[in-house]
Formats: sequence, structure tokens, C-alpha cells
Amino acid sequence: MTAISDREQLAYLAAQAADARVNVELESEGMTLNIGPQHPATHGTLRIVAKLDGEQVLSADPVMGYMHRGYEKLAEVRTYPQVTTLINRIDWVGSFANEVPFILAAEKLMDVEAPPRAQWIRTILFEMSRIANITLFLGDMGLQVGAVTPAFFAFRDREHVLNQIEAATGGRFHPNFDRIGGLKDDLPAGWITETRRVMKKMRSFCDEMEQLVQGNEIFEARTRGIGVIPADVGLSYGLSGANIRASGVDWDVRRDNPCGMVHNELDWKVWTHPDGDSFARFWVRLQEVRESTKMVDQMLDGLPSGPIMAKVPRIIKVPAGEAYVETENPLGVMGYYVVSKGDLTPFRVKIRSASFNNISIAPWLLKGVYVPDIVTILGSLYFILGDIDR
Amino acid sequence: MSRLSSTDTPTEGEVPNAEEPAAATDEARAGLLEALTGELGEALVGSHLDPGDDLWVRVERGAWVHTGEFLKTGLGFQYFSFLSAIDWLPSPFGRDMDAQVDLRLGHAESSEIDQTIEQGVAGGDTRFQVFARVNDIVNGLAVTLKCDVPDDDLSIDSWVPVYAGANWHERECREMYGIDFVGHPGLRNIYLPAEFEGNPLRKDYPLLARRMKPWPGIVDVEKMPGEDDADEATEEGSDS
Repeated sequence: MTAISDREQLAYLAAQAADARVNVELESEGMTLNIGPQHPATHGTLRIVAKLDGEQVLSADPVMGYMHRGYEKLAEVRTYPQVTTLINRIDWVGSFANEVPFILAAEKLMDVEAPPRAQWIRTILFEMSRIANITLFLGDMGLQVGAVTPAFFAFRDREHVLNQIEAATGGRFHPNFDRIGGLKDDLPAGWITETRRVMKKMRSFCDEMEQLVQGNEIFEARTRGIGVIPADVGLSYGLSGANIRASGVDWDVRRDNPCGMVHNELDWKVWTHPDGDSFARFWVRLQEVRESTKMVDQMLDGLPSGPIMAKVPRIIKVPAGEAYVETENPLGVMGYYVVSKGDLTPFRVKIRSASFNNISIAPWLLKGVYVPDIVTILGSLYFILGDIDR
Repeated sequence: MSRLSSTDTPTEGEVPNAEEPAAATDEARAGLLEALTGELGEALVGSHLDPGDDLWVRVERGAWVHTGEFLKTGLGFQYFSFLSAIDWLPSPFGRDMDAQVDLRLGHAESSEIDQTIEQGVAGGDTRFQVFARVNDIVNGLAVTLKCDVPDDDLSIDSWVPVYAGANWHERECREMYGIDFVGHPGLRNIYLPAEFEGNPLRKDYPLLARRMKPWPGIVDVEKMPGEDDADEATEEGSDS
């Protein structure tokens, strides 16, 4: 190699490098940002592939399936009482609420009704799992905008609710307490007094959150007018729970189509917010926790006595038929479409989980927002990954 | 079909402990069925009305999208709940994937099962049925729609132009049952890896984990460390 060919070679390399730079500049129009699947803001393993133009999102595509467990297939080879063990793990933050609609669907097919006391305790635990679930959201929402303290407060106070759930059911996260025709057990001694105290504590937690997060200037700046969902779009995507109520839709299954629970015997209010933005979703959930604590208090006062289990055969065979039962779970409307052929196991169980619909709006909602808002919007939609992937 | 009526009569309807609202909802459902029959005519091939509880309507494949449009714009069913499919084929593996202990306790005659395909509520003629549910949240009504999809042409028109939320549900349905949704904007796998073979929710797709290691069933068959292996626990000890 002579010196001259070295120079030629260098010139060639430089020319190539220049070309490459031009190419990079041309391609930078659509930079791809991969968020997750392991990311603190994703509550599990939701991965989002976002195409960016500078700071703005051109398109966002959630990638699921990292936690798909195939519960619909597994439920087909388990007996009805065994299915609750599986479905406990769908929304693992408010587990008890997952069991209720499935049990109600099975009861509907079997023409069995739980005795009043079981229905009341069922509703108490249902609302307590809502409190435990949404408390996590309230703390977490602070975390999304960079405030760490609310998260610690939330975990601290949520512990009291979990303790009560554990005292009654024996399981902190996966109670597996609901049975076809009633409940596994009655409440332990002293539980009611302690629960009243905890509910009072949770109300003061709500006040604390109101002062700490809701009134905060940064929080308002980061959430007001961000991620606005118009009501009609939300409806066609099948959004439910606080997400749709924050868009001004006054719809709550607990009030409008109560089934197997005692919500319509209580004095409570469905909260809505007209704005439809991230702030509204936070606000509605905060009110819901407070409303739930009041509901639990009322139910503790009016708890009827009596048996907690209806007469149900030891080996449960569900008559042939189809039933769909939905309830207003912490994350939104959750329903089970159960098809029975008169066997020990269901023939088909379609699980309609709230987060799957709630997060399916993400590609539409994230289009055009700025990168830091991805996190607050996803946080405010509030999903649990097990509830998406099932 | 031996469908049972609702067990929750006292809590049915909008107002507690009143008989009128249930009857009123009934009228509403009957009216809804009438409106659908009037609009769809011959294309409505089956229906089932459970008084005070629920409504099923089965339509022809060609009218699937039109039914959705009519429900959404004409009747105010703006809320999309879910869309999925049912495979009515009885499991070709018989009962050998169910726990044998459960079957013995449930007095199943044999591990064979009747292989005739029998569709559920609102009838049907094909092995696969697509079904979806939409709500009218103003009047508190909901309807479950079903549609036959023939085996030799597993495809149906997409609902995405009508209900945007159908997008992911149809993707899930496609990978789980292999049903093609014509006109869907991006019909790729949602949960499964792109190179996955088979359609897991079909009845003839074996649950391999269960075939490798049989499920113990209702009874705790594994003894605790201290326990002697006396055979007392086989008939008793059901966890009901």
C-alpha cells in the first residue's frame, strides 16, 4: 500500500461517513423510542413502541403478551370452584373483586342465591378491594409527575386495608374467599370495630392526598388538559370505570345494573367530572375511595345476621346455559361470559377485563402528545397488566 | 337450552324491591328485539330473550357490520363491551384433560364425550361463532350478538369502522381462533409471538401442560411431610 492509496482510502471513508450522516438526518424524522417492557411507569410489563418527531409522539403502539397466562383456556379444564384461584390473579391489586362476577355468573346459571349476610360481606370486601386498589393509584399518580411522598403514604395506609382483608379472608393479595352460594367463612371477632377505624384512617388519607397532590401546582400543570378523552370516543373504545366517568358519562354498574350485591341499599353517589383529562380521572378516583369508605361504614352498621352459605351440592355441576355478569370493579367493568354444558368444568369462559378495553384507547390518545406526558396519561388511565393480558 | 331465569329478582332493575322496573326493562328488551327484526328482516336468524335479564340475537354474516351500525347510530348502543368467539366443537380429547378425581366425584360415565356439535343460546349452524356485546348505557340495556362463521371460510367483516374498540378484540380473536376480520387495519398477533403456530383457544388445540403432568383435581393428593400414606383422603376432603 502506498501513501497515495491510503489517502484515497481515507477520502472514500470520509465520503461514506458523510453519506451516512445524511442518511441519519433523513431518518431522524421518525425516531423510535421503546418504553418497557421493564419500565417503572408501566405497572408490569407493558411495552410501548413510540415513533417520535422531536418531543412529539407520531404513533404509539402498546405491545402486550409478556404476561399472557391463558386463563380462558385454563378455565376450561378446571372445576368451577377452582377457577376462582386463577381469576384472583387477573387484577392482583384488587383480587377479591375479580372473583365476584364469575361466582355471580355461576350462581345465575345454577339458580342459587347467596344468603343476605354473605351478600353484605361480599359487598364489604368488594368495596375494600376497591379502596386497596385505588389507593395504590392515588399514590402512584403522584409518582408519575415526580412526587415520591404520596407513594409512600399510599403504601403505608393501604397496608391497613390489606391487613383487614387478610384478617377476614386469610389472603393479603389472593383471598380466594368467594364461593358459589356464599362465602368461605364468617368475619372474625373484632373485625368490624377495627375496620371502622381503618375506614376513618382512609378518609383522612383521602384528605391528605387532596392537599398533597390535587392542589399542587406542578400536578395541575402536568395533568390539566392532558390526555382528554371525549365521551363518545371513550364509549366506542369501551372504556369503563373512573376513566369514562371522568369524561362526564354518568354510568356505574353498581347503581345501574346491580347483581348479587347490595349497593342499591346504601346511600352513596356516583361521581363524574366533565373534563375528561388526566386530572379528572385522578379526581374521580379520589372521590370514589371516599365514597367506598362511607359505603363500608354503612354496611358494617347494617350487617344482617344469618348463615353465610346457601345450600349448594358438594360437587358443583352447573346446568347448561350461558350467562354474562359484569360488576363495577376497581379498574372498571369486569365481566365473565360463562358457557356451561352441564359439566363440572365450564365449556367456555370469556373474560371481559376492564384494563384491556381501557388501554386499547392508548394509540389514539397518545398520538400528538409530548414524551413526558406518555407517563402521566398511562398512569391516569390506570391499568394493571394482569388485567390486560389475562 | 335449559336457561334459568335470573336469581336476583329483588335486585333486578333500576330500583330495589319493586316489580315494575323489571317488567319495564322486559318491554324495553322486547321492543329492542322488534326494532332489530324490523331493520334486519331475514338477516336476523335467531334470538333469545330472558325476561328481565338479557337478550341474545344471532345475525347472518353479511349483516354483521350493518347490525353494529344500526345498533350504534339507530338505537343508541354506543358502548362497546367485548368481542370474541366460541368454538362449539366438543373436546376431541374427551375428558382426559380434566382431572380424573373430579370426574369420578362428578360421576362422569366415561372419558368419552358426545361429539355432536350443539350450539348454545340463540342457536347456530357452524362450529365457530363470533359473539360481541354492546351496551346502551342510558337505558341500561345490553345485547349479545352472535354470528355463524363457516369452517371453509373463516372470515367476517371487521367492526373497527363502527366500534373503534373492536380493534384489539379482533386481533385477539384472530390469533386465538384463526378467524379473519376483513377490513381490519392491522391484524397482527396481540399476545402470542409472531411465529406462533396454531390457535390456542380452539378445542382441538391440546393444553400441553396438562398432558405432561395430570392435574390433581379437587382432592389434595400430595401428602404433607408428616402424614402417612393411608388412603383416607380420596373420597372426603373436597374443597367446596
